[in-house]
Formats: sequence, structure tokens, C-alpha cells
Amino acid sequence: MDGSVRDIAVEAENVSKIFGSGSDEVRALDDVSVGIQDNEFFTLLGPSGCGKTTLLRLIAGFDHPTKGSIRLAGQDISYLPPYRRSVNTVFQNYALFPHMTVAQNIGFGLEMQGRSRAEVRETVGNMLALVRMEALANRRTSQISGGQQQRVALARALAPRPKVLLLDEPLSALDYKLRKDMQIELKRLQHETGITFVFVTHDQEEALTMSDRIAVMSSGKILQVGSPRDIYDRPSERFVADFIGDTNFLEAEVAGKEGATARIRLASGVEVEADLPSGMADARQVTVVIRPEHAALAPAGQGELQGRIANIVYFGTDTHYHVDLDTGGQFTLRLQNPRGGRELHGEGEPVGIAFEPGALQVLRD
Amino acid sequence: MAEPGEASALEEAEARAVRTRWALLVPAMLVLTIGAAGPLLVMLVYSFLEAGDYGGVEWVFSTDGWVQVFYAYDIFDEEWVAADAHLSIFWRSVKLSVVTTLLALFFGFPTAYFIATRSEKSRNAWLFLITIPFWTNLLIRTFAMMEVIRNEGVVNSVLIGIGLIDEPIQILYTDTAIALGMVYVYLPLMVLPIYASMEKFDFRLVEAAYDLYATRLRVLWRVILPLVKPGIVAGSILVFIPSLGAYVTPRVLGGGKNMMLGNLIELQFGQGRNWPLGAALSITLLVLVMVALLFYVRAAQRGSSGHG
Repeated sequence: MDGSVRDIAVEAENVSKIFGSGSDEVRALDDVSVGIQDNEFFTLLGPSGCGKTTLLRLIAGFDHPTKGSIRLAGQDISYLPPYRRSVNTVFQNYALFPHMTVAQNIGFGLEMQGRSRAEVRETVGNMLALVRMEALANRRTSQISGGQQQRVALARALAPRPKVLLLDEPLSALDYKLRKDMQIELKRLQHETGITFVFVTHDQEEALTMSDRIAVMSSGKILQVGSPRDIYDRPSERFVADFIGDTNFLEAEVAGKEGATARIRLASGVEVEADLPSGMADARQVTVVIRPEHAALAPAGQGELQGRIANIVYFGTDTHYHVDLDTGGQFTLRLQNPRGGRELHGEGEPVGIAFEPGALQVLRD
Repeated sequence: MAEPGEASALEEAEARAVRTRWALLVPAMLVLTIGAAGPLLVMLVYSFLEAGDYGGVEWVFSTDGWVQVFYAYDIFDEEWVAADAHLSIFWRSVKLSVVTTLLALFFGFPTAYFIATRSEKSRNAWLFLITIPFWTNLLIRTFAMMEVIRNEGVVNSVLIGIGLIDEPIQILYTDTAIALGMVYVYLPLMVLPIYASMEKFDFRLVEAAYDLYATRLRVLWRVILPLVKPGIVAGSILVFIPSLGAYVTPRVLGGGKNMMLGNLIELQFGQGRNWPLGAALSITLLVLVMVALLFYVRAAQRGSSGHG
């Protein structure tokens, strides 16, 4: 976190959501607490079925929590219907009204709020400009492309100026190029409107590039909340480390502790420093993680680990080396390619692996 | 040399495909010609002939049939006066058909909505239930209805039994009974087309509208109704047309005195022995339906200007 104190826009407190009953009971959310700050681009990240969409629907008001409460700007909205909360949603399939024009879609929320005709017209005009759709104001929503529909859905949800905008995997239906453009567009819109965005995605790259903070979810729980850098560099649990980016997991033994760091002994017998996650219980056996780009190849006999190169994969920007460790297991390195460089190593060659200082993170579980 | 040959072979194949396509229509065209167009033509011709003394027609040109649709000959004053009886039957038919259509819509729309929002599996079961009335003959069902609403019937017995009323309410042989009977008979014809529209309706739009501050009523009015309108239009047409020409229901539940157009027409071919008048009334009914449809479809299109 950046340390500045902001007001909380949305707060979930000990929220559980159970669907069905008896043996069919599904616990979609399990005692989730999270505070989303004002003017924040907040992402709920996790695989399908992790509960991220359920949490979004509770904030929108389409479902209500089984236990716990949801607050919007301090007010308990747990059981308010959707039309009585200042929250709007961009749906995964956009859910544009097919019997209305682009402009009518954008004006719908304002009209329902009972705004004057002049105000609706003016705001719709501003929104059309904001998403650069002025030329298509009178088109039917079936007559515009997927990317344009996406922008209309955004404008429609932003037009009533909600306190919070919810986005349910809005980019998943777009092709790669368009998705990249929309990621930038969304950041711009969030910046220009100053509205809190709560963004749901299963795409870790999308989450890392767009978010101010990310909550990683799995099996109805929030595992870790933090900035993209926090989440990537300091994953606190195996699931988080595994779900986001590529990771090397190493089993190790704790040799000593000092504040937030520990001396750990790897299987090779080498002792190194590693960062401890907050609230870590005392344990002798731990798992440490290191990202593939935070280590380098060294001559055999040097570095923290020893092994033999199993294969080399060229990726353009970088090259991946898969090394079979002498102590068992495999280690992946990702090394940036210099222009005009050539392979310095061959498959089957014995090598050492040298860690960057501070590259190791101990996992909580 | 091969090219012209190929072209003609292609043309031949296409021509054959077109012929086959038209051939598929032949059986239906045959049935329609014999069953609909033929009788209609006969009716049109008969309406301009003279009535035979014992039914049938005399092959003499006459407009009496058409005049009698609107005027009756007063044998005492020896002059033509407006046929009030016919006009009141016309009026009652239109009124009862409109009421039946509205009631069917009132009961049918929520039913269709209910079925469309069930799980895919149970939907078929519900639709199956809707078709149950079709298993039994219309006449039998109408007589059963009579048992329910007559003075000593189930409804009155229960109402008297629980002390809500002292005297039985006269329902049977009233316009209410006719409307009730027709709603019962034609309700499935309203439910099924609305369901068909509703099944294609994307219910996520309802959530989107709620999300944009629309209350329940406004969601219904602004999002659901406009999008299932084709089903409502089709259902209303399917109920209104047979209601206007209904024969069995008004005959059984309306008794002798509350006639509708269908009964009036039947009367001319039976006891009335005035086939030209019966034919003219039939054509009038047809025109009435066409005019009503024209207005209705126009109105429906205007309501959704630029739709689609």
C-alpha cells in the first residue's frame, strides 16, 4: 500500500454466501473481509469458481450475503435492492438493451433516476465523448462491434456517476489486440472519472497491469491483498505464488530468524536469506519461492544450487533454461536476451544457479 | 467446349432444386384450396343469392342477404329499420373477444414468465401441463365448466358453504360465463407464443435494468414487455380471432339468449333458413377480423418504431 489514508468506498465484513442447502450446499464465499478504498482500481483475481463473481454480485445487490455485511461509504447495503444503491455494473456479456439505441442505453440509468430531459441529454453527450462513440449515438446495439458494445456498456454504467463501478470480466470476450487497448482505456476512464473500480478477472496479467491493488481469491476466500508488486514479489501462500506468474518452489529448513527475514538451509546445504510473510507461524520445514528471472546461471560449482541443463527454450525477449537440480526437482530460469547474443550454454551441460540478493520469499503454508 | 455444358448442367440442377421446393408446397396448397379458398368463394357467391324457402339458395341475384346484415324488415310498419339485434350481437362479440383477450393476457403473461424462468428441465413439464386441456373434447370441457359455475355448482356451493353469500350468484347463461369459458379454452394459445418469446429473452437484461435504478414495474415496462412483444401480439391474435367466431362456448355457457356472431351465423343456416344472410354475416366476420388485425398490427408496430 502507498501509505496514504483514503476513505473506504466498499467494505465487506465477515461475508459468507451459501447457495443451496443440505448436501447440495455450496459455500461460494467463506468469511470474507476486505476494504476497497475510494478512487481505487481494485481487482478480484482468481480462477473460475473462486467466489470473485459472487462477491461482485453481493456488492451490486443481485444476491445478498448469508452472513456478514456489505457497506457502501459507511452505509450498510447488505439487503438493499440493486436499484437503491449507487453501484453500477459492466456485465461480462455487456447486457445492452437490444431495443434501444446506443444513446438510449447510456441514458437509461439517468432516466430511471428521474433526471431531467436536458440533464440526460447532456450527460449522454459527455459519456459518448468519454468513450469516443459520438458518431454511433443513434445506432442499434446490434449494429456495432464487440469493442464498441463494450464501450457503450462502460458509458451506460458510468453515466449515473455511481460511487463504485463493478466490472465482471468485461474484456474476456474481446480479441487480444482490443483487450490490450481496452486495458489502457479502462485505466484512463478510472483516472478521469475518479470513480472506484472493482474489477473481476481470472487473467493475472490483466490484474497486474491495471490494478492499484489486487485481492487473490481461491475457494471462497481472499488469500492475499496487496499492490501488484506485493502480490508478485511477496506471495504469502503457495496458491498465490503459483497462480500469478511462473515460480520455482524449493523445500527448505529454517536455520534462524531475524525480524522479517530468516536464514534458511536449502536441500543442497547452502544457507541463504529469505523474506518471511507477515503473521508467519514458527515452522522448521518451509517452502520458499523464487521467480525465474531473479536467478542467473553460474559456472558449475558456483551459486546456490547445482544442476544440469535439461532444455533451453528461446522466446525472443528472453530464453528459458530448465535445469535438473542435483538435489532433485527442476528449476526454471528466465534470462534476457541481448541483441546478437548466442547460446552460452548447451543442453546437458552442468551449471550453477546464482540467486539475486533478496529474491527468496518464504510461504506461509 | 466444356464450359457451356457445365453452365447448363448447373442451371438444370438449380432449376430442379427450385421445382422440388415448390413441389413441397403442393399438399398444403391443395388442402388450403379445398378447405379454405373454395368454401370462401361459395360463401361469397351465396351471399348474393336469394334464400330458398326451406333453406338452401335460389340461383337468383339478390342483395337481400347483405341488406339484412344491417337492416331488418319491419312487417308491421312495412319498412326497413336498423337490425339492432344483429348490431348488439356484433357489439357483444367484439366486446367479449376483447375482454377474453385481455383476461387471457392477464393470466397468460405471468404463467409464461413463470415457466420461462424455471430450469430447462422443468420447463418441459410445465409446458406439458399447459397442453392437458387439449386432451379432452372442447364440448366436454365446456359442459364441465357448466357444472362448476351453475347455481348448484362447485363455486356457488363453496361460497354459500363458507357463508360468503346467501343466494347463489347467477354466472351461467351470462356474458361473464361466456368470457370465463373462452378464457379457459384459449388461455394456452396466449401462454405458448408468449413463452416462446420469453424463452429467447435474455434475463440478464433484467439485472442490468435493476442495476440502472429501474424498479420492478419499470423493468417490466421498459425492458421485458418491449422485448417479448412479438409473443404478446401473436398470442392476442390467436385468442382474439377464434373468440370472435366462437360457437360452442357461447351456445353452452350463454344459453340461448346471449348469442355471439358464431351462433347468429349458425342460426341462419339452421332454423333461420336464410343462407344468404348467414353467408353475408360470415364474410362480415372475416372482414371484421381483418380490419381488427390491421389496426392491431399497425398499433403494435408503432409502439416499437424502428424496432430491430
